[in-house]
Amino acid sequence: MPSISNARNSGPARVTGAVRVALIGCNHRTAPLELRERVAFSNEQALDAAAELKRRGIVEEAVVVSTCNRSELYGVPGDANDSVTDAMEDFLTAFHRIPRTELEGRTYRWMGTDAIRHLFRVASGLDSMLLGEAEILGQIRTAYGRALEHGATGPILNRAFQGALEVGKRVRAETEVGARPMSVSLAGVKLAERVFGSLKGRSALILGAGEVAEQVVEHLRNRGIESLRVVNRSFERAKNLAERMGGEAITWDSLEKALATPDIIVTSVGEVGEVLTREKLVRAIEARDGRPIFVVDLGVPRNVAPDAAGLYNLYLYNIDDLGEIVEQNRRARESEIPRAEAIISEHVAKFEAWRTALESSSVVDDLRGRFRKERELLLREHLDAAQGVSPEERQRILNITEELIERVLSEPDARLRHGRGMRGRLGAIDALRHVFGIEKQSGGDEEPE
Amino acid sequence: MLNHWTYLALALYAASFLCYLRVLYVPHLWLGRLATLLLAGGILLHYYALLERSHGLHTVPYDDLYGSMSLFAWLLGITYLGLEILHRQRSVGAFVTLLLVVWIAVVSWPAPSQMPPTPAARGPLFAFHITLNIWAYAAFALSFVLSVIYLLQDRVLRSHRPGAAFWRFPALDVLDRMSRSSVYVGLGALAFGVVSGLIWEHRLTGAYAWGDPKVVVTLLIVAAYVIYLVLSRSAGWRGARAARICALNFAIVLFSYTIVNLYLTAFHRYF
Repeated sequence: MPSISNARNSGPARVTGAVRVALIGCNHRTAPLELRERVAFSNEQALDAAAELKRRGIVEEAVVVSTCNRSELYGVPGDANDSVTDAMEDFLTAFHRIPRTELEGRTYRWMGTDAIRHLFRVASGLDSMLLGEAEILGQIRTAYGRALEHGATGPILNRAFQGALEVGKRVRAETEVGARPMSVSLAGVKLAERVFGSLKGRSALILGAGEVAEQVVEHLRNRGIESLRVVNRSFERAKNLAERMGGEAITWDSLEKALATPDIIVTSVGEVGEVLTREKLVRAIEARDGRPIFVVDLGVPRNVAPDAAGLYNLYLYNIDDLGEIVEQNRRARESEIPRAEAIISEHVAKFEAWRTALESSSVVDDLRGRFRKERELLLREHLDAAQGVSPEERQRILNITEELIERVLSEPDARLRHGRGMRGRLGAIDALRHVFGIEKQSGGDEEPE
Repeated sequence: MLNHWTYLALALYAASFLCYLRVLYVPHLWLGRLATLLLAGGILLHYYALLERSHGLHTVPYDDLYGSMSLFAWLLGITYLGLEILHRQRSVGAFVTLLLVVWIAVVSWPAPSQMPPTPAARGPLFAFHITLNIWAYAAFALSFVLSVIYLLQDRVLRSHRPGAAFWRFPALDVLDRMSRSSVYVGLGALAFGVVSGLIWEHRLTGAYAWGDPKVVVTLLIVAAYVIYLVLSRSAGWRGARAARICALNFAIVLFSYTIVNLYLTAFHRYF
């Protein structure tokens, strides 16, 4: 069974025409949520769609990437002309039974280098709603892995998606685009980690059951927090949240007693105001033998007395503090975009170099086949009619003409592989294909020998 | 006299510093590992530098200011490397390697061009005594660096204005543990160093020089760091206050290593 790691090294690629990746898709920038919902693919649908695109001959390789913010069809058409994206859009509308007019102006289409650059930007999180988010890389890995497993990909998309995964990893490792928390809830948890290090084995107390508090709880759980207690004026709501998050609900009356244990306190009690006074927190710190407490106050109005921020070994952040940090982080991430784009450009150039080498090899092979075919026709025409040509003499003529073909092709081959400028090489390849009409041969011409 | 091993070690320490600094801003696993490897390489070359000097002097090179300071830097590097491996934390590396580079560059500047005369033979116990004491000072220097970073990190957390490197710095809890580990190493080395010194002295003179200023200040250092260790686990002191005490304790170490050695004691004036 093919795997992502060995797909790239699965032997030399052989292509029969100009290699171009085609893409059609829509995302959060081009289409509203209602439309994105209608063109989304489940995992099974994505595989069916890729298989169907290939079966209908629209493309020879296909990968469907579908997340909550985008649906994209990537394909490598056998005959690389721009009309393939029309066919892909027709397919998309037919697959989801949507009138084509509804997608008009809501999709984007890219071909060749632009499609590759788009894929690399998506993998890097530069095209995401939340700049630099990490989830998209996993989603691309899954979509590609499934397509690979079911034989929907080929050498071109294997190379393109392997490159995308590499770019995504590099951008996150070498720039700040994916670093620093971008949500209030995550910022709170990350700050707690600056105090305690790993949160494994730590305890948290959640006051209130607001939406942001729930997000904080989720982040805490993901980081292996050991003990989680929830307290709310309504015990039922506390119990609900505690059950959902695997914590323990406690009554409002036992709040002060409960303050002695948690390392992290998250408050989001609405319309109540100050719940944790400075005195209560002083007593809590004393009961904790002076160990630090990290307090996230998400309540509006604030639930924690502002003067508690001055307490020794107590770190207090309110919703505005966290909001400001998120804003700082957003600006920091945006300032990293040029560096991420530079990494993307580097990998796009690598892909193009590989594609050029592939195409030059392909066009020389096609020319060789064409010359041999012409030679065979000439030999049939002139030698078969002539009498007295022995098999040995015929073989000698074949050998000499074979050498002639190789000599004629050796210089174009070298120039196509090593000539200066990728754009120039690609232009020369296109010109050769055009002059010799090779694009029409598309895999059907077998060598006569 | 500087040898080529010192220059090579300095170059590796500087390269390691650049890698650690880069990793502080942009996380990169392999670059971090490279930083550690370069530091280890620097320590190895530094060892050869000290070894070459030892061959010339026929003893551990602590008899002159340059040799002693160079040995101090080498032991600081080793102690940090041990703590980095123990706590799996590289973000302090940039500070420690910077300290190493500056330290070696500064002490090398006035280094004598000639090897100092071979000191009188005092035996291996004496060599242990001095080396262990210098190691203790190096460990205390490391705990000083860690405590200063703790205080900076604490200040940033309280100011609510974290900068780019803030997110890469070790957590307060990690800094606290690393600092304590370093002090444990320092106290251990100092205890063995003092005991070996006392034994050596007793063998030589049949008495103990309890009144020597160096001995008094050394006992004061032991007391100061023991107090730090106790307070760092006590209510009302753990955290920034303990870190401040640890940082201040280093002033006594510096006093002992410089003023006391140079001016206040004849018995311990070995350079």
